[in-house]
Amino acid sequence: MPASSTLRRTPLHPLHLQHGARIVPFAGYEMPLNYPDGILAEHRHTRRFAGLFDVSHMGRIIVFNDNGRDRHDHSAATSLESLIPSNLLTLPAGRQKYGLLTTPEGGILDDLMIQNLGDRFELVVNAACKQGDFEHLQRHIGDTHRLEFCENTATLALQGPASAAVMAAIGEDLGDLAFMDVRELSIDGVACVISRSGYTGEDGFELSLPADAAEGLARRLLAHPAVQLVGLGARDSLRLEAGLCLYGQDITTATTPSEAGLHWAISPARRLAGERPGGFPGDHIILPQLPGMPGKVSRLRVGLLPQGGVPVRRGAPLLDGGGETVGEVTSGGFGPSIGRPLAMGYVKRQHAAVGSDLQALVRRKPLPVSVAGLPFVAANFYRRPRAGVAGAPGASGAVTNSTTVPRGGT
Amino acid sequence: MTCKYTESHEWVREQDGVHIVGITDYAQAQLGEIVYVELPESNAAVTRGEEAAVVESVKAAGEVKSPLSGTVVAVNEQLDDSPELVNDDAEGEGWFYKMQATDPQEMDDLMDADAYRQFVQNLA
Repeated sequence: MPASSTLRRTPLHPLHLQHGARIVPFAGYEMPLNYPDGILAEHRHTRRFAGLFDVSHMGRIIVFNDNGRDRHDHSAATSLESLIPSNLLTLPAGRQKYGLLTTPEGGILDDLMIQNLGDRFELVVNAACKQGDFEHLQRHIGDTHRLEFCENTATLALQGPASAAVMAAIGEDLGDLAFMDVRELSIDGVACVISRSGYTGEDGFELSLPADAAEGLARRLLAHPAVQLVGLGARDSLRLEAGLCLYGQDITTATTPSEAGLHWAISPARRLAGERPGGFPGDHIILPQLPGMPGKVSRLRVGLLPQGGVPVRRGAPLLDGGGETVGEVTSGGFGPSIGRPLAMGYVKRQHAAVGSDLQALVRRKPLPVSVAGLPFVAANFYRRPRAGVAGAPGASGAVTNSTTVPRGGT
Repeated sequence: MTCKYTESHEWVREQDGVHIVGITDYAQAQLGEIVYVELPESNAAVTRGEEAAVVESVKAAGEVKSPLSGTVVAVNEQLDDSPELVNDDAEGEGWFYKMQATDPQEMDDLMDADAYRQFVQNLA
C-alpha cells in the first residue's frame, strides 16, 4: 500500500481519531477498522442496541430524468432497467430496491441499492466500484440523463434494535418508515436522504447528508447512551452472520446471480415469462439460469460452518471426502453472535445441500466444515405496524408486497 | 528469570530450567480479540524462527514463531477454552507453551525489555 497521502479521508475522520479508532486502508480510504472496545464488543453492541457506522466511502450516484441540455425528459427508470434486471417502472417513489449491475458475460459488476426519490433515482454503490459504476452509467445512459457523482456527501448507518428509538430521541419519529422505505427529510435544517435499511441484518437507517453536517449529526447520535461507534471489522462480521454478500469477495464479475443465490434480485417482470423480459447486459446467460429454467449452474454460494474452533478464511480450498477440490471459501471469520467460526463460499452444485460434509484446507490441514443455511443469524428488520391487522385485509398489501428482503443463500 | 523478546513479538522467559513462550502484549493488541489458539503437541520439536503455534483473532490469523529451538514439554491447555486469556494477560496467564531449549545460549541473541520497547516504538 503506498503512502497514506494517496488515501482519502471521510468527513468523520477527526471523530474516528478522537474516539481512538484503528485506521486501515480500505477501498482507497482511511477507514476505522475498530475502536478501543474491539470488534467483538462493537458487533454485540450493534445486535443489542445501536451501532453508528461511517460508510461515507460508499458511492452515491444521482440519475435525473433530464439530460441537462434540452427540455425532453426521459424516464430514468426505463434507462436504468437497461443496466439492472429489476422492475424499476413500478418501484414507487419513496421506496428502494436491492439490485445488480450486470456484465455482458452474465457476471455482477456491482450490487447496489436503487432509491426512487420521485424526481430522480439515487444509486448507492460499493466504494471500490463507484468510479467504474459512474463511467458505466455515463457510457450507457449519459446521453439521455444528467448523472451526478456525489462528492461532498457523507453517509452514516445507524444499525441495531434501538435505532428507531435513538432517532425518535433526537426528534425524528420514523415509525411510519417501513423496511426499504426511503425519504428526504430535514434534520436541524440539513437536507438528508434516509432509508430504513442496512448491512447488518438488524433494523436501522442509512442516512446521507452534506459532508459538513456529518460530524454534528454523528455527535448528536453518539450522545445517546444506546449508540456506540462501530468499525469495518464488526461491519464485516455482522454482514457475514446475516448471510449478505461482500462485493469483490462473494460476488464478482465472475459470478452470476444464480450462482450467488441472488436470483431473487431479478424481478419477475424482467424474466423470460415477464412483461419486459431481458434487455440488460448478460440477459442471455442470467435468465436461463433462474429457478424453473432448464439452465443449471455448476456451483452455488453456500454458508459454511467449520466444526472446530479454527476460523476458515477467504481463499481456503474446499475438498470432498475423496480429497478432490470442490470449491473455495470467499468470506470467513468468527461470528460473535453465534460464538463460533462461520464462512461463505462456492461449492459444486452436488455438494451444495445443507448438511453436506466437506473439508476446508487451512494451513495445509483439512478441517471438517458443513454446508449451512443462510443467514446464520435471523434478520431483525422492522415491519411497519399495520392499521387494523385483523379487520382490514386490504390495508397491508401495499407494504408487504413491495418489500424485498435482501438475504443470501440458496 | 529474565524475559527476552523477538522481532516477531514473542516473549520467552526461563523458569526452573524450562523456557516459557508467549506473544507480547503489543502483539495481542495488534491482533485484536483472539478467538482460537492452535498450540503445538507436547514433545513436538520446535525450531528457532519457525512456526510453532497459530493465533486466530477476529481479524486475522497470525503465526507464532518459536524464539528458541528445542522440545515442547507442556502447553497451556486453558487456551483451548479461553483463548481470550491471551488478550487479558499476554505475558502471564496467556502463555503458549513451555520448552526444553537445545541451546539456552540462544537467549542472548534476543532483545531485552528495553530494546523491545524501543523496537515497538519505532514501528509506530
